[in-house]
Order: sequence, then structure tokens, then C-alpha cells
Amino acid sequence: MKQRERLGLILVAATLLVLPFVLAEIGTAWVRIANLAILFVFLSLGLNIVVGMAGLLDLGYVAFYAVGAYPWALLASPHFGLHLPFWVILPLGALLAGLAGAVLGAPTLRLRGDYLAIVTLGFGEIVRIFMNNLSAPFNITNGPKGITRIDGLSIGPFSFTSTDTFLGLSFSGPIKYYYVLLLLLLVIIVVNLRLADSRIGRAWVAIREDELAAKACGIDTRNVKLLAFAMGASFGGIAGGMFAAMQGFVSPESFVLNESIMILAMVVLGGMGNVWGVIAGALLLSFVPELLRYTVEPLQKALLGRLVIEPEVLRMLLFGAALVLSMRYRPAGLWPESRHRREMKERLA
Amino acid sequence: MASGYALLEAVNLEVHYGGIAAVKGISFALEEGELVCLIGANGAGKTSTLKALARMIPSRGEIHYRNERLDRLPSHALIRRGLALVPEGRGIFARLSVAETLAMGAYWRDDKAAIAADLERIYALLPRLAERRTQLAGTLSGGEQQMLALGRALMGRPQLLLLDEPSMGLAPMMVEKVFEVIRGIAAQGVAILLVEQNARLALQTASRGYVMESGRITLADKAEKLLADARVRAAYLGE
Repeated sequence: MKQRERLGLILVAATLLVLPFVLAEIGTAWVRIANLAILFVFLSLGLNIVVGMAGLLDLGYVAFYAVGAYPWALLASPHFGLHLPFWVILPLGALLAGLAGAVLGAPTLRLRGDYLAIVTLGFGEIVRIFMNNLSAPFNITNGPKGITRIDGLSIGPFSFTSTDTFLGLSFSGPIKYYYVLLLLLLVIIVVNLRLADSRIGRAWVAIREDELAAKACGIDTRNVKLLAFAMGASFGGIAGGMFAAMQGFVSPESFVLNESIMILAMVVLGGMGNVWGVIAGALLLSFVPELLRYTVEPLQKALLGRLVIEPEVLRMLLFGAALVLSMRYRPAGLWPESRHRREMKERLA
Repeated sequence: MASGYALLEAVNLEVHYGGIAAVKGISFALEEGELVCLIGANGAGKTSTLKALARMIPSRGEIHYRNERLDRLPSHALIRRGLALVPEGRGIFARLSVAETLAMGAYWRDDKAAIAADLERIYALLPRLAERRTQLAGTLSGGEQQMLALGRALMGRPQLLLLDEPSMGLAPMMVEKVFEVIRGIAAQGVAILLVEQNARLALQTASRGYVMESGRITLADKAEKLLADARVRAAYLGE
């Protein structure tokens, strides 16, 4: 590694380590926003495997987020009186989400593009409606009321929900979660980078580019596609488990179609297929709307003396404009996959 | 099986798309190392036949290859048995480089040293690709893409190549070059089943030929005899 790269890496690491304390100074809400942003990075990286690498358009990805969140909610809350440890329920959520991915993948193997998008969209809705209605005759999910008082993450006697003081610094719950998520993020990024470079990653790209030719090369496209669905989904499952632990509450309302579209927008805006681009897209679309939420109202009051446009309205307007502009000027995303970038350059040359 | 030592033999092969029969029960065979062409007009069922042989589409009838029934195998199992398809329109992985594409051809193999040796052999056979190993396949010219598709198939060490319209969309000079390569591959003992609309060129290259018309084989003979046949001359050679 070059001297400069190493220095850059140290700077990024230091910034990430100090960040929650800086954010906590502004307000604890901002630490929570950062935590949610990291969850969306997990989700985007998972979806990127399916959409970016294997080229399979999935519009129901949020279903796997739900499939990961509910096992944690059900098995670590007063709802059933069960309080299983995280090392059982987090892997279980990932496993169930992976299975759900394969279940969705199996009947859709022959579908591509718009047709696949429609089926996956339906699948996402089915999962949400199931969660909404599995309250009778046996109350499993507690329906639209959701499940409350979910256990937070705790490792042995060490709880991540309470506040601890260490070396004179106050570590609040969200700050502790931040470090757990950062650690998980590191693992997930390494896994993604290795995947993109692996034999299986190349098989995904080959299927994306030309499925028939991929078969002729000896790729078992059925299994390889199922694996893409399952692996992508399991990242969503991990995010879901952490979401349940952090929020202490889950309900079907958290897993609506809008979320699927938001995650897809993060992948597309950032740069499909490129791990770093996808991370950038997820962070951008997580933070900017929150930033607007906290600045638009005071800014308008200061400049105009009254509130002219609601922050929520402005948020969607700017979001739409950002997508349109990026498709016009950076159609491959803000930080595209290197192949995509090269393709554009070589075509122009 | 009719001949007993045929490399590939199709018996009563049928392909249907919904209610429409594209291939209506054809039988044909190929010997080891033979270059055979399948000619016919647009929509005669040539590509469907080739896709059925490569197990890319469902078909009825028997396909014998060596001592196995191909019609019972999935498509991805074929290259492991020495049967490679170069699909219609070349099936290029547009965003993979030339070198990466050739590596994909050896996807099923794990003999690294032999793969590296084959790669150099293919670069020697197709020097245009060697010059462009880091270029993305999607930005190559049509002829170069066809060469790349051939090279990718060869990386799988085939004993039988199924070529679907290798001259499609190429400039005449490029067509000549591609066919030179095809003859070179055949000279190395690889059997080739060549589907081609350019009937004259196909018959000049192959040793035997089949003529397909609306899903049936209507003529089968030595290539030079087909070239001299009055019906072939009138219908496919424009004379």
C-alpha cells in the first residue's frame, strides 16, 4: 500500500471512530440517523448483489429486511416470553432471509427485467400483508400493532441499550450500536469485495451480460442465480435483525414498497455493481433528507418569516430532481462500476 | 444409433414454440473431426436445431453424443463433455475484457497451468485478440467479437463446436478471416456443426451439408455435390 493510501485509510478510520461523539454533540437523534444509514448500507449492498452483480431487478427487497427483523422480534421479546441470545437470532434471521430469497428466486428463474420486477414487487407486498394478518386465529405477529419491548443487543451481561461511562466518555445506547454496526459493516464490505472478485462473482456478471452464453460456458445459471438471491437476501436479514434490536419495535409499516424503492434508488444512484458507489448512494440518500428535515423549517422562517413549503414536500421534490439529474448527467451512477466507466470512455473514443 | 460410431446423432428431433413446430422431426449425424454445415433460408429451423442440441430450448426426440443421451442433460453440463456452442449474435459479455471473457470460457476447468497454456495458444491463433486483451468485449468490432466468441468456446477444449451464423453482420473481408479461423480449428481435429445463411461459403468450407426447409431436412449430401445440385443452386446460391 502506498504511503498516501495508508494515510487516507487512517484518516477515514479515525473520522469514523470519532463521528458518533461529534454527532452526539449536535443531538442524539443524529447518532440514530447514522445508525439507520449504516443499516441502509447493508441493505443496499445486499440488493447490489442481486441487481448490480447478477442483473436481476428486485423490487421487493424490503421483504428480506422484514424476514430478518421478525425472528428477532418474536424470539427476544415478551410477546412469546422468549429471550434468546443474539448469536442465535441474528444468524437465524440471516438464514431465514436467505431461504426466503431462494423461495422467491426458484419460481422466477426464467423471468428477467420488467417481468421479474413485477413478481418481486408482489412478493414484497405478500410478505408485508402476511405480517399484517398473522394475528388470527393464532397471534404470531400481533398484526399492524407490531411487536413492542423487543430486547436490545446484549453480549453476556454487557447491554448495548444502556449508557455506560468509560474513560470519562459517556457511551449512550446509540453510540454503542454505532460501533457494532461499524464492525458489521467492515465484515460485510470485505465479503462484498471478495465476492465481486470471486469465481461466483464472475459467473453473476456473465449471467447479467448474456445468460445463454453463460450457460454455454458451463455455468449452472439456475443455482448461481438462486445463490445471488439467497446471499443478497441474507444481508437484508442481518440488517433486519439489527433494526429490531435498535428500535425495540417492529411493525409491518416499516416494510412498505417505498422502502424497497428507496434501497433500489440508493443502488442505482450510487453506481450499480460498484461496492463503494453503492455505499456512497446509501449514505447520501440517508443523510440528505434528514439534513433537509432539520434545516428547511428554520431556514424558511429566518428568510421569509414563515413556513412556505413543508419539509416533507421539499424532500420528495429534491429527491426526484436528484434522480432525474443523475440519470441525465451520470447515467451509470455517481460512482459507477469500473467496467461501466470504461465502457463509456471506450465507446466515446 | 444408425452408424454406431457417430460423434453426434439426432433422431427425430422436434422443436415447438407454443403450438408452432419449428423443427419437425429431423435426423442427422456427425463423425469425429467432421465439418458439417446446415444451410437453409431464414426461419427454416436451423438455429432452433442448434439451440436444441445445446439444450438451450426444450425438444423432443433423441440426441446421442458419444455414449450419452444429450437430451437428458442440462445445458451447462455440455461443455464438460466437450460440446461448445457459439451462439447466434455471438453472445458477448459486453462489460468483460477480452482476457476475462476467454477466462470465462474455461470457467468449468480447474487445471490452471493448462488454462494458461491454452490462453497463449488462442492468442497465437487470434492475434487481434492478443493486441486487445484488456479492451472491453462490447467495444470490439463485429469481426473481433466473433473471433472472441470462437476463442471463448475453444477455451473449454471442445471436441464438437456448434457455430450459429458466424458470418452474421460481418463485412465480407471479416467473413473470410472468420472462416479461415474455422477451417484452422477443424484442421486440429475439432468436429464442427456450422449453421449458416451464406450457403456458398458454408458448402465450400464443410465436407458435408444438410439443407433445411421449413423444419425438415430436404437434402443431405457431400458439400461439393450440393454445390453442384440444381435445386441448391437455384434456391440458395442465387443462380
